[in-house]
Amino acid sequence: MSEIYARFQLPRDDFALNAEFSAPARGITALFGPSGCGKTTLLRCIAGLERAQGSLHIAEATWQDAKTFVPTHQRPLGYVFQEASLFPHLSVRANLEYGYRRIPPAERRVALEQVIDWLGLAHLVERRDPAQLSGGERQRVAIGRALLTSPRLLLMDEPLSALDSISKQEILPYLEQLHRELEIPVFYVSHALDEVARLADHLVLLEQGRVLASGALHAVLARLDLPIAHFDDAGAVIETVIAEHDPRYHLTRLEMAGGSLWVSLLDQPLGHAVRARVLARDVSLATRMPHDSSISNLLTARILELRDDGADKVNVLLAVGDSQRLLSRITRRSRDLLALEVGMSVVAQVKSVALM
Amino acid sequence: MESGLSPSDLQAVWLTLKLASVTTLILLGIATPLAWWLAHSTRGYKGIVAACVALPLVIPPSVLGFYLLVLMGPHGPVGALMTALGMQRLPFTFAGLVVGSVLFSLPFAVQPIQNAFEAIGRRPLEVAATLRANAWDRFFSVALPLARPGFLTACILAFAHTVGEFGVVLMLGGNIPGETRVLSVAIYNHVEAVEYGAAHWLAGGMVLFSFLVLLGLYRVGGNWAKGAR
Repeated sequence: MSEIYARFQLPRDDFALNAEFSAPARGITALFGPSGCGKTTLLRCIAGLERAQGSLHIAEATWQDAKTFVPTHQRPLGYVFQEASLFPHLSVRANLEYGYRRIPPAERRVALEQVIDWLGLAHLVERRDPAQLSGGERQRVAIGRALLTSPRLLLMDEPLSALDSISKQEILPYLEQLHRELEIPVFYVSHALDEVARLADHLVLLEQGRVLASGALHAVLARLDLPIAHFDDAGAVIETVIAEHDPRYHLTRLEMAGGSLWVSLLDQPLGHAVRARVLARDVSLATRMPHDSSISNLLTARILELRDDGADKVNVLLAVGDSQRLLSRITRRSRDLLALEVGMSVVAQVKSVALM
Repeated sequence: MESGLSPSDLQAVWLTLKLASVTTLILLGIATPLAWWLAHSTRGYKGIVAACVALPLVIPPSVLGFYLLVLMGPHGPVGALMTALGMQRLPFTFAGLVVGSVLFSLPFAVQPIQNAFEAIGRRPLEVAATLRANAWDRFFSVALPLARPGFLTACILAFAHTVGEFGVVLMLGGNIPGETRVLSVAIYNHVEAVEYGAAHWLAGGMVLFSFLVLLGLYRVGGNWAKGAR
């Protein structure tokens, strides 16, 4: 399997990056962590904008090792910065074409018209002054500009963080489409867990310049030993498929490994893949199947792990069926009242499902 | 009283414009890499280089002219070297004036360009690097166009400052018509000879010229402020 392997050491006055991880060379890998954890520095090392000690292998290609340091302009990557950073002296079209014109025609796998069409830029392309675009429009142009270099790796440094929530909603569908339609691996820096849960396939968790965990998104999110398990919005990400529509009650049934979830009626066809997120705080536990509950999503589960947060709460890792993981957050008192233990069979009551 | 400009005055005007043009062109070539280095280097001795560049702002022109004369004269190291190579020595030649003017106006060319490079910052150059532009390409396609207002300011200041110089010229070039007698020296000669009318024509022309230059400069500055937003 082709892989991306990175190891960097960069001592700085105020912090040191000392990170090593590998990630699949496809899909979206999120570099996630709190502000100042070094995720942007790590991305800059991958781009060659920072010169760190270490090595970097992108599938078969070596971009950096003890003997090699490929300069940024020779790395086939696309970089989307936090602020769109469009060239102010160039028109929107010239911005889009800047990188496109600098790669050999034989390497152009993405056409200008394709990108303009895909990112909805047709009405912007003839604008002379990029400063007159809205924040969301500018970021779309920046994404298009990066894609037009036909990169083998797309690096995105919190591309949504400088945008208001309306512009964010405008960009997110494009990023999801990017995920589905392009075969380019993407490294996506973010400090927003909901963004990561929505977009990523692989998660690299960083803290103070070190990699705390790296793995498939659903696996890392289901680990109770990591700091993210204590986040207010900690929860499991579940891949589901639309199995049934019930127009009478305006409900749709999503099927997942080991059970199904009812959600408000979706207008996508049967068989459509939907990523769902169930927050730990929205899952309560019962020892027996309640027959008089208004909650319609009741899942039989087995307790795999219990971990208390040192205060009033306990995080519970559940197995639904064989492979599906679910998180629940209950009070310590409830754990003792129900006498919950590892291995016990329980009923998970899912109060809310967020669709991504 | 004489009126208008005499042929020798016109010659001085022409010589002055030639000196200022040649000086400005040479300064662009020197100041651009120097300003780039000052804007981007992190070396410890950067402060020393910056101070040297700014020195002509504070030392009297006659002091600069005096040391250049000593350096380039028959007994100075540069003068001796040039004599040994069979070249004409620089004092009292047009070329000597150019050397003096370049040094004298160096800070006026370097500082606006350096400020412009610093204002651009690293980000646009990094963006260009991620879009496959090599270092020269980044300089010409991004840094240069974005620093254009700084270059305009540098040209205008260097040109105007050279037109107005007196001390360096007097020390280094003397008063040879058609070779080193520039406007400021011509005015000085007229005043010495109590030809106030002729002095007025030249001096008044200088005042008008300077005003127009500054007007142009502020318009450039204004556009710059608008462009930067």
